[in-house]
Amino acid sequence: MHHHLILRVVTKMLVAPIILFALYVQFHGDFSPGGGFQAGVIMAVGFILYGIVYGMEKVQAVLPAWLAHKMMALGVMIYASPGVISLLLGYNFLDYRFISPHHPSHGQHWGVFVVEFGVLVTVTGVMISIYYAFASRRPAISDEEW
Amino acid sequence: MMLDLFIDLSLFTMLVATGIAIVKMRRLFGVTMMAGVFSLLSAMLLVTLDAVDVAFTEAAVGAGISTVLMLSTLTLTSRIEKKPVHTPWIPLLVVTVTGAAIIYGTLDMPHFGDANAPAQVGVAAQYMERGPEDMDIPNVVTYILASYRGYDTMGETAVVFTAGVGVLMLISGLRRRRRKHPKDEGEVG
Repeated sequence: MHHHLILRVVTKMLVAPIILFALYVQFHGDFSPGGGFQAGVIMAVGFILYGIVYGMEKVQAVLPAWLAHKMMALGVMIYASPGVISLLLGYNFLDYRFISPHHPSHGQHWGVFVVEFGVLVTVTGVMISIYYAFASRRPAISDEEW
Repeated sequence: MMLDLFIDLSLFTMLVATGIAIVKMRRLFGVTMMAGVFSLLSAMLLVTLDAVDVAFTEAAVGAGISTVLMLSTLTLTSRIEKKPVHTPWIPLLVVTVTGAAIIYGTLDMPHFGDANAPAQVGVAAQYMERGPEDMDIPNVVTYILASYRGYDTMGETAVVFTAGVGVLMLISGLRRRRRKHPKDEGEVG
């Protein structure tokens, strides 16, 4: 991919806005379409695009494979954590009211925020891990294929 | 009304044309790209149904990630589809019968926008009614998925996690970490 100058330049310009858009989709999900799943996929797309154009070593220097693997499990744990805490405090599982008992809708805000963040981490980790798994089987797509 | 019909018809026509193109093509690189087009068209259809969240997911997953994964798979296999050795009649019969059964099944489904559809008369009405005061979150989809149905969404997250673990175990080539014995140096289990 060394002589695909346009692809390299465009990729360099696009990666940051893609990740920014993923964060927007994630944290604006209360008001506009989108949420953890979509944001996770968009976030992963940013890394995958970088990996396709610049090669596996470059992208794995930013996000190593072991970290992507840990993210998969970490996200599920983040999702389940408010549930476990609410159980310990005597509420139902995933009942977000425990966060602020006097103002239930604030609790809902924070609960939704936390679980959506868990979804983001898991989906990003899974998508990037699957891409790594496929792409490290063999060198990237050869130049004649483009 | 006319405009809706026109948009629906043209989207479905393009969808069918894409499908036929996928069947006709032999170069798998092109087929992958057409599959991405198919996903984008489906996403547009979902937008016309006001299902913006689903359309978003379809565009991101169907057109984005799936295309990349299929391309990654293509690099591991051949680029040209083999000519089929069997006659096409039996697959055609199977497809026709299955398609007819599916269409027959849709006859029992409620009409689009039917107020008495099971999806409208169940808990959904209560979610819509009580949501704004319970949650104070404007996006209905978000608060239903993350709060009222939070348990289901946790299951979905676990499904995504499980799928990832499955793929990694099958193809990642990760190996079991083993304590180094002087004997089996260089040999990995």
